[in-house]
Amino acid sequence: MALSLALKTSRPLWKPAPSAARSLQALTDVSRRSVTSQQTIPPPAKYGGRHTVTMIPGDGIGPELTLHVKEIFRHACVPVDFEEVFVSSEASDKDLQNAIMAIRRNRVALKGNLETNHNLPPSHKSRNNILRTTLDLFANVIHCKSLPGVATRHRDIDILMVRENTEGEYSSLEHESVSGVVESLKIITRTKSLRIAEYAFQLAKEAGRKKVTAVHKANIMKLGDGLFLQCCKEVAAGYPGISFDSMIVDNTTMQLVSRPQQFDVMVMPNLYGNIVNNVCAGLVGGPGLVPGANYGRDYAVFETATRNTGKSIATKNIANPTAMLLASCMMLDHLKLHSYASVIRKAVLASLDDSKTHTPDIGGQGTTSEAVQSILKQIRESAFNLAQ
Amino acid sequence: MAALRSFRAGAGRFLHPQSCCRVWRSLSVSAVLQQGRAQAEKPKSEGVFQVTLLPGDGVGPELMHSVKEVFKAAAVPVEFEEHHLSEVQNTASEEKLDEFLDSMKKSKVALIGKIHTPMEYKGELASYDMRLRRKLDLFANVVHVSSLPGYKTRHNNLDLVIIREQTEGEYSSLEHESAKGVIECLKIITRDKSQRIAKFAFDYATKKGRSKVTAVHKANIMKLGDGLFLRCCKEVAELYPKIQFDTMIIDNCCMQLVQNPYQFDVLVMPNLYGNIIDNLAAGLVGGAGVVPGESYSAEYAVFEMGARHPFAQAVGRNIANPTAMLLSSANMLRHLNLEYHSTLISEAVRKVIKVGKVRTRDMGGYSTTSDFVKSVIDHLHPHYGV
Repeated sequence: MALSLALKTSRPLWKPAPSAARSLQALTDVSRRSVTSQQTIPPPAKYGGRHTVTMIPGDGIGPELTLHVKEIFRHACVPVDFEEVFVSSEASDKDLQNAIMAIRRNRVALKGNLETNHNLPPSHKSRNNILRTTLDLFANVIHCKSLPGVATRHRDIDILMVRENTEGEYSSLEHESVSGVVESLKIITRTKSLRIAEYAFQLAKEAGRKKVTAVHKANIMKLGDGLFLQCCKEVAAGYPGISFDSMIVDNTTMQLVSRPQQFDVMVMPNLYGNIVNNVCAGLVGGPGLVPGANYGRDYAVFETATRNTGKSIATKNIANPTAMLLASCMMLDHLKLHSYASVIRKAVLASLDDSKTHTPDIGGQGTTSEAVQSILKQIRESAFNLAQ
Repeated sequence: MAALRSFRAGAGRFLHPQSCCRVWRSLSVSAVLQQGRAQAEKPKSEGVFQVTLLPGDGVGPELMHSVKEVFKAAAVPVEFEEHHLSEVQNTASEEKLDEFLDSMKKSKVALIGKIHTPMEYKGELASYDMRLRRKLDLFANVVHVSSLPGYKTRHNNLDLVIIREQTEGEYSSLEHESAKGVIECLKIITRDKSQRIAKFAFDYATKKGRSKVTAVHKANIMKLGDGLFLRCCKEVAELYPKIQFDTMIIDNCCMQLVQNPYQFDVLVMPNLYGNIIDNLAAGLVGGAGVVPGESYSAEYAVFEMGARHPFAQAVGRNIANPTAMLLSSANMLRHLNLEYHSTLISEAVRKVIKVGKVRTRDMGGYSTTSDFVKSVIDHLHPHYGV
């Protein structure tokens, strides 16, 4: 609580000096004070209708996928320029600081996943996690929806998942209290729980959804998850049009694989969100299909939902470009370039109807470049149809 | 034309995001988006781009004609919507300005000539040129001063960018006679606008791969006004650790520019200084006829000449230099994602100048505007005509 409050108050003023500061002395004082502030929230990098977006290709299949995104944006004449920032997994933290700075400047980023080396000493944190917490990207939103062209065990899945992204088990607070005993702290705060619950309900309302399900383990973690559940209930009281439900995480995963159609919008703390996201992405066809977004108050970062690097299939031209392309469409929607987003999204979905260009992960024989070519063809055709 | 319009309207309806992919749209909800959705923008993939055209005064209409000729020869998919607004020909009025603004709302992009501002005071302090800029909030003026290969001037291989704030400062049109015989002109510097222009300069430097930004000021005299501008630049510079930041006082900057202009990369400055430096730097590489310029707001982009002069004495004599306007129109095409056409035209212009056979009078030749345009058209497709 104290942390997030501190975050809020230290937010500098990207605003003119308050009008009360009439005397010149006051004017200079106010200005000087904000010069020293480290975190400034500048206006977005949008000039003449063109946006600049930070692109972090990341490791594994990231670089190839971002290349395809650029190719498709060029063909669809999207008014977006990318500022590419490379973060290598070996180098020092300077790279990462640069990347975070670049997102501060542009406010929006498209990102491949960065590899985390498990063998390094515990002081080495996941770079993805550092990036998310530094920018306070509290809401991870993924939308799992069955695609008509992809054969899966379940049909008609349409679930919006909202995951708290900055606290819980991911707080990186671990220590060995007594030799042989390690304590990992899971942090649940009232402020952040209320914030994510509010976000989930707001999203449900705007998307016209009927039900929000909170996923928890409050039968075991009575205080921590209990607080989360309590916060969800409080927020739910403010949305009479949306029904509220809660479910324990183990039961949730079972229900998901047996009858996923019962879920509408789900809200959950960090680790459960991670697991449930992956289960759900698997249900609709795997990591290559589902896009994900991370929203904060000021910044937004778009990536694939399951956040894997795909190192084993890197540079083999068999990665599925769908997830990254759909993520880029979410980015365009975020930038209010809705028409471009819908052209690309339609092309991507239409190209999935043709099983010849399916990549191996969804049971096809096609390559990444074949899939991209087929999408480009769809974009050209939609432009041609319009000209008729 | 009418048929094209109707198809366009149809296309807009078809592509309106409400009508398709409704389910996928729901993804776009975010903290930022909840503050209100703007209306959907028209997609550009339909083939023809609409651009607003405002020829302005002096040789403006002739230059626009040259641009149209070249666009036609290069088969550029751009359709101009022409508007006329002139204070000297008494065709300026509120309605005309509104028409122009309405057209801009649709096209977002314009190519304009200089609207001449008469010096005498007729009860209105703000000229139409200024009002247009203010209405569109065109806060950033960019002039990329680069030497044209093949055209020798005192300084060669120059390459610098001048970024000027152009909505406040000395151009605020706030003047009054406080006591008889005493006139006060107000120069306004605000934190918001200074930060905005500083950020623009650094974003521009990042995008174009530049390494240094120099803020030009007079904070030793105007300690509060220019001091605020300078502080804002310093503050924004912290966000760009990879770009070097430097400051320079305006008078020294002018001297350095004529002595050793190679030390500069990107320059950012308030309104009036920018006006002076724009013209000075344009003079270094060959004058008003060869330097293109552009102005930006968050939504709109306007392409124009780098040094804005109507050049009225040349009207009808077919001697104006169309280089600047052609290069500016090529920049416009790049902004519209028409990379291919942009390169085609700018390369053709550069080639004509490099070859050096066809030059207008301001560049020391005897050719006419139409000779130049014809030569550019010949160089568009290098394999025929040679």
